Amino acid sequence: MKNTLKQVFHSGKFIFGFVIFVFILLMCIFYPIFVAKDPLKMIGSGNFFPPGTYVSQQEVVDSNSIYKLNIDTSASRFQMALSVENRAAMQEWLIKYGGIAEEDIDVTDAEGLAKLWISNYSAEKNGKMTSAKRKAYKRLDEAVQKAMKDSPLYLAEEGEDGSLQQIKKIGGSDFVNTKTLGSTETFLLGTDNFGRDVLTELVAATKTSLRIGLIAGLIATAIGLLLGLLAGYMGGTPDNLIMFVTNLFTVIPSFIILILISYSVGDAARGAMTVAVIIGITAWPWTCRSVRSQVISLRNRDHVNLSKLSGHSMMRIIFSDILPYIMSYVVMAMILQISSGILAEAQLSIIGLGPSTSTTATLGLMMNWAMTYSAHLNGSWWAFFPVVLVIALISFSLNLMNTGLDQVFNPTLRD
Amino acid sequence: MTAVDHVDFDFNEGEIVSIVGESGSGKTTLSKMLLGLISVTDGQLYFQGKPRDISSRRKKQEYWKNIQPIFQDPFASYNIFHKIDSVLLDCLNMRGFRSASNAQKVDMMTEACSFVNLKYAELTNKYPFELSGGQMQRLMIARIFLLKPKILMADEPTSMIDACSRATILDMLLKLRDETKMTVIFITHDIGLAYYISDKVYIMEHGKFVESGKPDDVILRPTQDYTKRLISDVPKIYEPWDLDAI
Repeated sequence: MKNTLKQVFHSGKFIFGFVIFVFILLMCIFYPIFVAKDPLKMIGSGNFFPPGTYVSQQEVVDSNSIYKLNIDTSASRFQMALSVENRAAMQEWLIKYGGIAEEDIDVTDAEGLAKLWISNYSAEKNGKMTSAKRKAYKRLDEAVQKAMKDSPLYLAEEGEDGSLQQIKKIGGSDFVNTKTLGSTETFLLGTDNFGRDVLTELVAATKTSLRIGLIAGLIATAIGLLLGLLAGYMGGTPDNLIMFVTNLFTVIPSFIILILISYSVGDAARGAMTVAVIIGITAWPWTCRSVRSQVISLRNRDHVNLSKLSGHSMMRIIFSDILPYIMSYVVMAMILQISSGILAEAQLSIIGLGPSTSTTATLGLMMNWAMTYSAHLNGSWWAFFPVVLVIALISFSLNLMNTGLDQVFNPTLRD
Repeated sequence: MTAVDHVDFDFNEGEIVSIVGESGSGKTTLSKMLLGLISVTDGQLYFQGKPRDISSRRKKQEYWKNIQPIFQDPFASYNIFHKIDSVLLDCLNMRGFRSASNAQKVDMMTEACSFVNLKYAELTNKYPFELSGGQMQRLMIARIFLLKPKILMADEPTSMIDACSRATILDMLLKLRDETKMTVIFITHDIGLAYYISDKVYIMEHGKFVESGKPDDVILRPTQDYTKRLISDVPKIYEPWDLDAI
């Protein structure tokens, strides 16, 4: 046993896969210790905040601190003041009368456009225009001038008589030190459509998905192993019977069965663990088939015959003379079953047949949410790309570990 | 495909009966049939004058107290996950010493090991793969010594072992036969070996017995071409080997 472990940990592939997997596992264990908040708590209102650190706007307004909030408001001020039509008009004037080349004007940069306008605009050049157009440009110029000036923001409150009363005036040069603010939020991976922290959600989802994979893998391996051992060792009618059922499951794509079962179980009953069990009881046929063929090649070996002739019972022969010989294979099959269990959950969830729960996140559900709220169309990559990456990494690390084990247990594959 | 086709033979207590044939002639299949590991499709087997009955597990266990094998490949005969002791302990359990005291069991195992020139104290707590092929095969004989069956089915017990250990193993088998008066069914491809140890020889070709009788009759005065060929296939040191007959 010790020797086998030593051998296994000499395989570079196994170690690489193992390190990735352990990293994901440790992340799942330790992250919740440091970040204790509910992974599905909706923190920000509004969907898909890009990754970054956020300050509560209420805090900004309520702050009576002498320190001031350091936010560059001028850009958004210009953004608000200059509509798309206004910018087009400014561009037209600058080309026609200002003598500026079209490629030098960037209408998307509101602040730059305004500065260009201030330095080039003069009302004298508008002489040949219709009076309506002249007035329009005058208004436009006033708007730009006003935007250039730093106008304070007034906060008002509705009084008892329904009139608005000014409670605070915030100038453009008022700043707040972010260190003194209590309610800042850092979203390393932004937020999702419900304003939930994607990173915290992702860690919780990975944990649930790993658990689903493990349960599904254990169930599938247990059923497949038991049936494979019985079919392979007993032969005859029991073998035919078991193989009939196995072939039935094999010819119908297991994903279809999975969808049908998930659908017929119904929304209410479909928790994360139910889905794991459903995946487990549809994924066993290939384990059963391969275990059976291994057992058939073992059952006529001399040590099995000798065990029979020593009067051992069938169960004892199966579990002490056959199972140990295929155990390494079973472990490898189980690793693959866990990996495919996680993938199956993701597949099911993405088409909306996964765990129907609002209390637990799974990797598949996160993909489903991101898809439903078209994160992939509006460029909110942080809502789905990390999820895809984690799924890929888990599956990659498990498969790599499997390949490494295969090389250790099948010396012919070693290079 | 019929491996063993309507063979008819009988043997008596205390005899060494050899079944000789080339590879694929059905020797091993026949031995597995006799052991009750493969079912017989046609015909009857009589054991101690009565038809053999192994229809239930209990009856099988009873039958296997009377017939035990030594297999060809000692390396494949052991469960590599179990220590050697478990093989010998199984024999004691089978003989009804399950409730015997530990010291008594160790005594019996030590005796069996010393019968085949092995030291139990050195073997205990070892795994089969830590032994040499000869040691493993001798341990198999120790197993037979403990079980003392009426019939020993020795299926090419020396073919995987080097020539030096071969003589030792054969001597031990003969000694065991003399001591326990058991019948030995000796299966081999080596007609010289069969001549050396048997009381009766059966020559097997394609699942059928083509010739049988006392070794002197069969081997010194063969009537069948197949037997003659088997005899000419045995390499001799002082004569050129006749390869034409192959």
